[in-house]
Amino acid sequence: MEMERECYTISVYTENNIGLLNRISAIFLKRHINLDSMTASVSEIKDVFRFTIVVRITEERVKKLVGQIEKQIEVIKAFYHKDDETIYQETALFKIASELLFEERQIQNVIKESNANIVTVTPEFFVLEKTGRRKEVAALYDKLEPYGLMQFVRSGRIAVTKDKMHISKILETFKEEEAIQ
Amino acid sequence: METQTEKKETKVTTGIMTGAEAVIHCLLAEGVDLIYGYPGGAIMPVYDELYKFQDQLNHVLTRHEQGATHAAQGYARTSGKVGVAIATSGPGATNFVTGIADAQIDSTPMVCITGQVGSHLLGTDAFQETDIIGISTPITKWNCQVTKSEDIPTVLAKAFYIARSGRPGPVLIDITKDAQFGELDFEYKKCKGVRSYKPVPPTDPATLEGAATLINEAKKPMIVFGQGVILGEAEEELKAFVEKSGIPAAWTILGLSALPTAHPLNVGMVGMHGNYGPNKLTNECDLLIAVGMRFDDRVTGNLETYAKQAKIIHFEIDPAEVNKNVYADVAVMGDVKNTLAAILPKINKDTYTSWLQEFKDHDTIEFDKVIKNELYPAKEGLSMGEVLRGINEETKGDAVIVSDVGQHQMIACRYAEFTKSKSNVTSGGLGTMGFALPAAIGAKMGAPEREVVAIIGDGGYQMTIQELGTIFQTRVPVKIVVLNNDFLGMVRQWQQLFFDKRYASTEMVNPDFVTIAKGYHITAKRVEKREDLQGAIKEMIASKEPYFLEVCVEKENNVFPMIPTGASVSDIRLS
Repeated sequence: MEMERECYTISVYTENNIGLLNRISAIFLKRHINLDSMTASVSEIKDVFRFTIVVRITEERVKKLVGQIEKQIEVIKAFYHKDDETIYQETALFKIASELLFEERQIQNVIKESNANIVTVTPEFFVLEKTGRRKEVAALYDKLEPYGLMQFVRSGRIAVTKDKMHISKILETFKEEEAIQ
Repeated sequence: METQTEKKETKVTTGIMTGAEAVIHCLLAEGVDLIYGYPGGAIMPVYDELYKFQDQLNHVLTRHEQGATHAAQGYARTSGKVGVAIATSGPGATNFVTGIADAQIDSTPMVCITGQVGSHLLGTDAFQETDIIGISTPITKWNCQVTKSEDIPTVLAKAFYIARSGRPGPVLIDITKDAQFGELDFEYKKCKGVRSYKPVPPTDPATLEGAATLINEAKKPMIVFGQGVILGEAEEELKAFVEKSGIPAAWTILGLSALPTAHPLNVGMVGMHGNYGPNKLTNECDLLIAVGMRFDDRVTGNLETYAKQAKIIHFEIDPAEVNKNVYADVAVMGDVKNTLAAILPKINKDTYTSWLQEFKDHDTIEFDKVIKNELYPAKEGLSMGEVLRGINEETKGDAVIVSDVGQHQMIACRYAEFTKSKSNVTSGGLGTMGFALPAAIGAKMGAPEREVVAIIGDGGYQMTIQELGTIFQTRVPVKIVVLNNDFLGMVRQWQQLFFDKRYASTEMVNPDFVTIAKGYHITAKRVEKREDLQGAIKEMIASKEPYFLEVCVEKENNVFPMIPTGASVSDIRLS
């Protein structure tokens, strides 16, 4: 009966509250669920924040998890989506010694083929930015790693859903309920 | 309660005042007239105001902050109001943790106020600074630190609203010392809603229809109700539902007393030490109707074999509980007070004579194998059950029974008789030893007209025994019964059954409890012989003062029936 683990993107719309990050991460900690990534940012709505969390678990678990997240007072709404229901990206930065550009001519081809952007160049180093899916970032990493990376960093996933998110509508109903009370 | 609150609200002061004074006015505006706490450096400005307002707001000084939280819980459980506890920063706040966790898992409405070091010292490891917000986050329904005086009224209003609405729970508000000293222009508005929080989910009418159809078609239905009935004050609705449907109704430990013990359709307790019939028949019913309960593992045993043959209806207020442990064929969301009332006209009047007889048949087996020996023991040594029987005889089921955690708790919940709701106060979810003595203080103050009897084991008693000081100081007339077997009985029982009688650290060398109680000037008696028992209970119940009764019971009795951990409810053991 064990369901298969899959990659789920959890989107959490919240009030801006200092303690909330702690509250949400505690939910994962308590259940021993590792986060693939977690990104916090503003959302399309003023004063509403959005957490984008990626986990690799069964659908049954993600459902319960979203229930627990949504239960938190300052969470407006939480959703979970499979990869094919979202448009998602990650960004990576590669810091590489500038001399390699001239000594290892192959690097120039790697950069060209990878659709990566050069963000900055100094006499000592240059910084390459690559945005894409995890696989694309990993592929570039594999190609560049043999030449030696001074630094590498990858962001968490950010994602928008193909479906409409009805947050504004949900907030409207909250407002109406307040008016009734 | 509401009218009292409204009345007080109109008297609320406005104007310039300190944050500390504002805290008092917030409490008064919420109808609070009793709080439990312990002073200390970071909360002193509020205590200074408590001094000035002592004619309106009674502060009970407990002997430990943990005692304050449990007393607030006991108060909340018998009064139905929000319990309030207050303490200082650092150790004062961390001593709150057990009580808060207990209130969280048992859905008890409680507001805890802690002092905090001045905001300029936050994060500097100042004296008695602790990150109580971080610590309490996973065990509170909501928590918030206040660093500005002007935020006090809105935050406290929100705290009370969140604590008592929907599925209740504990809220912790941490107030820095400068916020207590600083001034604000006070105006109190009761909180009527929080944008991101929906206390009661809407009820989908289709689920009511679906549930009614299942109920009307069932041949062997069974109800299991929990504390949701008590918290929602839905006792009458439950009774009407049970009586019209004719469905046998069992209860979880926290649902106890929502339906009178003597009700002909009350078939007893489910769970690890519950009754034989309802546990066995959970796996034979064709419909299980869960009302305001959450399928705790102590209720279900092994989930893989729990009620698999049955359809499940779940009446529930908390969406996160639905399908969490047991899949519901129909989930009726909402406050059970409303949903039970709404389904009543849709269900047929019915009786299940032969099905009910199955419960009775199981009762007969349980009586012969377990209950008879517990209530009317043939052995010389006293049983815990006969003490409960004695208490039932004297109180006629009208008392509030506060129990601690362990064997005596199971015996108390199995055998105490109840005629009224809000009468069973126990630590269910967290299983907090040391809960009962301070909780009994709060329970009595929350229902002063009622008899309150605390049933405590010799182990748990010594975890919060210092609260005898609170009883002495307040003279709150609680009756304390310690069932002393000189063992941590429940752990010893497990050691006997599952660890080949290796009694690791469960035997207790106990002090003279009677002398200790007398040291606090509490009338105290010890009973060792059966012939002295009923007289002592009678004397205790008749007393208008606090009273301590130690009953020396059989050292190595076990509580049965029992579902071993991980076993199926139908594998319940009678011996």
